[in-house]
Amino acid sequence: MATTAESTLAEIRKGLAWRKQLDKAFVIVGLLVLFACLGLLAVLFLDLVHQGASRFGWDFVMSFPSRKAERAGILSAWVGTSLIMFVTALVALPVGVAAAIYLEEYATKNWFTGIIEINVTNLAGVPSIVYGLLALGLFVYTFGFGQSILSAGLTLALLILPIVIVATRESLRAVPKAIREAAYGLGATRWEVTKDHVLPYSTGGILTGLILGLSRAIGETAPIITIGALSFIAFLPPSPVGSEFPFLNFEWLRSGFTAMPIQMFNWVSRPDQAFQANSAAAGAILLAMTLLMNAVAIWIRYRFRKKINW
Amino acid sequence: MSQSASIQVRKRSASLRYRKNRDRIIELVLLAAGLVAVFTTVAIVAILVYESSFFFEHVSIKEFLTDTMWTPLFDRAHYGILPLVSGTLTVTMVALLVAIPLGTIIAIYLSEFATHRVRETVKPILELLGAVPTVVYGYFALLMVTPFLQKLIPGLPGFNMLSAGLVIGLMIVPYVASVGEDAMRAVPRYMREGSYAMGATRLQTALRVVVPGAFSGLAAAYILGISRAIGETMVVAIAAGMQPTLTFNPTEPAETITAYIVQVSLGDLPHGSIGYQSIFAAGLVLMLMTLVFNVIGFFLTRRFREAY
Repeated sequence: MATTAESTLAEIRKGLAWRKQLDKAFVIVGLLVLFACLGLLAVLFLDLVHQGASRFGWDFVMSFPSRKAERAGILSAWVGTSLIMFVTALVALPVGVAAAIYLEEYATKNWFTGIIEINVTNLAGVPSIVYGLLALGLFVYTFGFGQSILSAGLTLALLILPIVIVATRESLRAVPKAIREAAYGLGATRWEVTKDHVLPYSTGGILTGLILGLSRAIGETAPIITIGALSFIAFLPPSPVGSEFPFLNFEWLRSGFTAMPIQMFNWVSRPDQAFQANSAAAGAILLAMTLLMNAVAIWIRYRFRKKINW
Repeated sequence: MSQSASIQVRKRSASLRYRKNRDRIIELVLLAAGLVAVFTTVAIVAILVYESSFFFEHVSIKEFLTDTMWTPLFDRAHYGILPLVSGTLTVTMVALLVAIPLGTIIAIYLSEFATHRVRETVKPILELLGAVPTVVYGYFALLMVTPFLQKLIPGLPGFNMLSAGLVIGLMIVPYVASVGEDAMRAVPRYMREGSYAMGATRLQTALRVVVPGAFSGLAAAYILGISRAIGETMVVAIAAGMQPTLTFNPTEPAETITAYIVQVSLGDLPHGSIGYQSIFAAGLVLMLMTLVFNVIGFFLTRRFREAY
């Protein structure tokens, strides 16, 4: 009797030891996989910077693309990207924030708001190239905007709209109810409550969302290829600021364009090694822009969070 | 005295009426912004169907679905979508074979084993990796991964689906890991404690309690990964070659639906030509494929949802 009990106990101990071994083994496997993935990506990024290193410099940034690899640069690409981002931000910010305010502060729960919510969720999952097809059919031909900076900016604005909406809603939701109720108690209308009390507290979250959205848009290549970005553009769009009255012109909105990712794509698909170095350099700069935007977003989030004490 | 008070009351109520009217107008403006999302969805479907309808006037649905060649830009044009679909599915399969196991292991590790500090350091990095432009990953696939694979597999062509698929897989690992980790962290603590109390180890708890409990969230992460792999464009356009071939062999070059759309767009086809319309037909198929996976995902998550 006693021997069977002892042998059962021994078996349990053995099983437990084995299971604990498995536990340790998994920790090692998990760490290995994690560091293998992150390490591989880090190696790839470092190699990209290394390959492009020979091309970094003022000339590269201030030159137009050229048939000679060593004279080619990214001037038209980064100017194009900046202008597109400007249009995208200008459209996505007000529309996204307004939609989020509607859904969060105004809408009552019914089938109609349900439809809007489902649409926002689904749009986030639509492949980006499909936005390109939408823009090609709608903006380029139906609205007649042509293959222009305006079309590209609007396309990317639609693309990042779900990101801006979701981020804004989250930061609106984070504002305590007590703040709203205090304002209502003093006789403020819904808009006054939103504008004067809720929005100021959620500015940080909204800006973070916008910048994260833009950092996604800046790298998007497929949709703007679809609407017809050209890869060889050796001119700049007309300047938005003129010397004569009214000092602003909107010619540039209609201009043809290229952008950073397009330029990189064009160079990477050439067999010539020298162009591949250009591609790596453009890629490294694009990557730096994206990471910088993300860093700014994180910094803003941190700063605003620190300032608010409910 | 009382007269000035009543004037004041009248003034106040006039201003209140004005403010309430302003509120109503503003609500309409906000609603209009909300409707942009609905409008976008409707416009996507409408444009795809409308332009494809011209395409299907030329090409019968039967030919579209059964022909094994896709050469819309040649003189002797064939319009069989199968080669593009096979390319898309092959790349997606390779990507998922990388992303699902690795992503799940990282998610389990981060959620159940990692210390607070490791998790708080790794999570932002994973999210940051999601922002890397896909054209950069295309560069990796063509100029770094393919030369490496060619050393392992002699005779591997310079353009192939394997390297594109592997890189897309690597690209979605952070995504699957991050969303999966969120799902597992949402499993309540008492379920883990119950399991520990029965003498289970961490690994047993993770695999038999937390993973099943988080299954609906994990499935959602996988579905998002699949959608991204199917819709991924630049990596395949750069690294997988641009010849539509009906094959499921990842070591061969082939074209995906998305790469075909890019190829045509680069060529600047005239508006209204059959080539122009064919990209909308291809886009429609792409949308339907992502839709099918999303519907499967929807039912999976509903079927396995655990309510706590």
